[in-house]
Amino acid sequence: MSDPIIRVVVAKPGMDGHDRGAKIIARAFRDAGMEVIYTGIFQTPEQIVSAVIQEDADVLGLSILSGAHVHYAQEISRLLREQGADDVLFVMGGTISKADRPRLNELGVAAVFGPGARTGDVVKFVRDWAAEHRAA
Amino acid sequence: MSGEPRPLHSRRDDPQALAAGVRRGDLRTIARLITFAERDEAAVAQVMPLLQPHTGRAHIVGITGAPGCGKSTLVDQVIAIARAATLRVGVVAVDPSSPFTRGAILADRLRMQRHSTDTGTFIRSLASRDELGGLSAATWDTVRILDAAGYDVILIETVGAGQLETDIVAGAHTVVVVAVPGLGDSIQAIKAGLMEIADIFVVNMADRPDAAQVVNDLRDMLRLNPDHPTWEIPILTTVATVGAGLPELWAAIERHRANLRESGAWAGRLKNQARAELLKSLDRQWHHHVQERVAASGSLARLAEEVASKRLDTHSAATLLWEELGWKQR
Ligand SMILES: Nc1nc2c(ncn2[C@@H]2O[C@H](COP(=O)(O)OP(=O)(O)OP(=O)(O)O)[C@@H](O)[C@H]2O)c(=O)[nH]1
Ligand SMILES: [Mg+2]
Repeated sequence: MSDPIIRVVVAKPGMDGHDRGAKIIARAFRDAGMEVIYTGIFQTPEQIVSAVIQEDADVLGLSILSGAHVHYAQEISRLLREQGADDVLFVMGGTISKADRPRLNELGVAAVFGPGARTGDVVKFVRDWAAEHRAA
Repeated sequence: MSGEPRPLHSRRDDPQALAAGVRRGDLRTIARLITFAERDEAAVAQVMPLLQPHTGRAHIVGITGAPGCGKSTLVDQVIAIARAATLRVGVVAVDPSSPFTRGAILADRLRMQRHSTDTGTFIRSLASRDELGGLSAATWDTVRILDAAGYDVILIETVGAGQLETDIVAGAHTVVVVAVPGLGDSIQAIKAGLMEIADIFVVNMADRPDAAQVVNDLRDMLRLNPDHPTWEIPILTTVATVGAGLPELWAAIERHRANLRESGAWAGRLKNQARAELLKSLDRQWHHHVQERVAASGSLARLAEEVASKRLDTHSAATLLWEELGWKQR
């Protein structure tokens, strides 16, 4: 059997409707051979976590420009944990200051990709993670 | 988070526990079993016999039509109506994979996300992955898993682009074919195998000009093919974005269900589906079997060499290959 295909939920929580970044990363994941479930903008943490569970996603990628990243990381991590889905790889991208990253990592965000990050780096991070966790 | 190894290839799951989880309606278990079905993992073959006795209750509705004709928006509206009638709804939304990278953007769910947190709705996106009928098997396994989990209505969305997708929805109890104005020759767009399988026609985007023309074209065409003795195929108009015509669509879906029940065709639909699926499964296994034999013998490389050097023509080489692999000529 060939390698299992990595499934990623890409979501954009909160009230800002700019989804350019989310769409770019969604396309990068697709071009890297992953299946991307794109849930769109204005998503609540509950909606996002439900999508992760029903779609049996391996990865959750959150795009945030609103500045409320700590709040969303907290909420989403809590819901993932409560619903037994905290084995999902949780990554974030967007306008997130370096100073906030340790806090986000503490909350369960495995990696944070700021404005300067290249899509190739994000893809590589997800691939490496999958290669490591696929061995089980 | 993400510290614990996650078994992407899980072989440890106990079939009994998986089946019990599905029957209990445990979302994680349902979702994981669907993943196994997509990967054609051994666990599925052990769980499905346990679930099969609990299937057969759900009304399976296929929704198909050209790319972008509003299928997902219609599904979203149908979910809302069915939920208002306290029915539990499962959705299987199929989108194409890139044949080059195997990747896909599955965007059907986007239009249905308002139902994401509803405990009576389960939405799953599937990518088409390979062309050898694997999609069809995975889609129908997903339908049966949701059926066994107690979802009352199961909606299958596929793009009505090719034979592959057409075959998938053809086995549903009720097939809704969606047309839209403005795609040039409206009928042409839904000709390829879809006309024959429609139980209900929907002309969506009726807020656009020429919707009436599409309705007329469809009506003319149905007049030429009057071979449904017990069911008159309705042609409905909708504006999915605002829900216009949706109560009528739902009423038609319900009427078709009642009609299937009364005419005794209910079970016949699934029997046809099973027959088609079994044939595909046979094809798939046969294909793998042939591939394995070819890989294990040196015949292919040697005969190709003979053809390339003009000592043999392809027809004779094919006959030899067939025989060398151990089969008799037909
Ligand atoms: N004007 C108008 N737009 C509509 C209508 N129904 C859907 N749309 C829009 O058409 C676009 C495509 O709708 P979808 O529901 O995603 O169509 P689809 O058939 O599921 O698309 P694919 O799954 O990509 O094939 C969206 O922008 C919808 O908002 C309608 O009745 N009228
Ligand atoms: Mg769609």
